[in-house]
Amino acid sequence: MSTITESFLTAGQLIAEADGKLLSIVGLSLQVSLTAVFLAACLGLPIGAAVAVGRFPGRKPLTVILNGMMGLPPVVIGLLVYLLLSRAGPLGPLGLLFTPTAMVIAQVVLITPIIAALSRQIVADAWRDYEEQLRSLGASTPRAALTLLVDTRFSLSTAVLAGLGRAVAEVGAVMIVGGNIDGVTRVMTTSIALETSKGDLPLALALGFILISIVLILNALAHALREWAARRHG
Amino acid sequence: MAEPLITLESLRYEAGERTLIHDVSLRLDAGRRTVVLGPNGAGKSVLMRLMHGLIEPTAGRIVWNGGGARPPQAMVFQRPVMLRRSVLDNVSYALYLAGVPAAERRARAEAVLERVGLSPLAHRPARVLSGGEQQRVALARAWALRPRVLFLDEPTASLDPGASAEVERLIRVIADDGCSIVMVTHHLGQARRLADDIVFVDAGRITEHTPVADFFAAPRSEQAGHYLRGELSWT
Ligand SMILES: Nc1ncnc2c1ncn2[C@@H]1O[C@H](COP(=O)(O)OP(=O)(O)OP(=O)(O)O)[C@@H](O)[C@H]1O
Ligand SMILES: [Mg+2]
Repeated sequence: MSTITESFLTAGQLIAEADGKLLSIVGLSLQVSLTAVFLAACLGLPIGAAVAVGRFPGRKPLTVILNGMMGLPPVVIGLLVYLLLSRAGPLGPLGLLFTPTAMVIAQVVLITPIIAALSRQIVADAWRDYEEQLRSLGASTPRAALTLLVDTRFSLSTAVLAGLGRAVAEVGAVMIVGGNIDGVTRVMTTSIALETSKGDLPLALALGFILISIVLILNALAHALREWAARRHG
Repeated sequence: MAEPLITLESLRYEAGERTLIHDVSLRLDAGRRTVVLGPNGAGKSVLMRLMHGLIEPTAGRIVWNGGGARPPQAMVFQRPVMLRRSVLDNVSYALYLAGVPAAERRARAEAVLERVGLSPLAHRPARVLSGGEQQRVALARAWALRPRVLFLDEPTASLDPGASAEVERLIRVIADDGCSIVMVTHHLGQARRLADDIVFVDAGRITEHTPVADFFAAPRSEQAGHYLRGELSWT
């Protein structure tokens, strides 16, 4: 009992003191996940809009695949990216395995489908309302897609925040492709897993607390944004 | 003498199992104000969409200007659609799509908002305006495009009497610029005031196309007679 209480206290101390090791882990986590989310948004938003608005063969199956890929297990993605980047793999010569870049790649693969699927839904709903008006005004399909992306920007940013939340909280993929190397590829989730198994509960707890805070803040942010946008823009 | 504006040749529109427009033929002349009347669900909005080119007919064809190019046109929808940006930007956006150079857009948008009395609302977010205000923005946006044909689907449906009268006045101004008007309404008084001709639609068919005075004096089709008696008994 007392060891758990002690662990909590030490964890609080680590956070209060802004422990160097703690900060570097949190920093890397955010750096990897923010980079991944930025790239995934650059890919996922246009893909979502194109699938929502475009008229091309295979659009229905693509929608189903996108939605299905939202639920891909991170470990499996980690495995696939590992194979891709491993020395014998097609991208092996780049020497990216066990680097932060590898973790970014894995997270991009993980959350691009999430952002694409969510934004497809958002843009498709808007398209149903706007289609006739935009076509009446003479908008081409790509132009209409762009307009819809701009017009649904608030809902889309919640989709992107959902992707970010998934990325920072994910452990399986980054563990495999990052290797959890101290000071190099150790992020919040992988550190928690490792420190817990080593019995270093204070660091694990401190990281867990920060991670939960980040996820809660992201959700609060998404919620506040939606509320504000609804009031301001309808 | 009169130049044909649009000619519908045996136009048919089916959605799934249902035939919504049954082999309709119609010729509207340029420069006229045509009001489309008919009961709910008759197919008035579908007919407007076909004419405006938003939906493709299942059969038949549409000929513009007796075989010429499709004239610049705009439509004000039964339910106005506003983008999440300011009133002014909504109008500018339409001008942008119409290929108006960037330097002219703002001035043109401001001028048209001025003419419909919406200048005070120019910088407000368009989607939080009242329904009636949005409908006037939609009219301004359509007018800004300087169309030769303006389709209006119940443009005063959610307007108060004062705003309705104002919109009627604007429609007259637009028509006097030489723009042909095709408008759906359920207000018989408005039809009487605005129309040159009445097109009556019932169950996906055009039962008559008559000059307005003749229509209200003695409609030719039985359906229109029923409609007028039914409507008038309410007033
Ligand atoms: N895309 C569609 N698919 C199937 N049915 C449709 C479609 N669009 C319209 N309809 C049907 O066609 C009929 C005519 O619709 P329309 O909107 O043209 O009526 P309207 O004459 O404009 O009526 P209102 O006065 O109520 O506006 C209605 O029964 C409607 O349910
Ligand atoms: Mg209608």
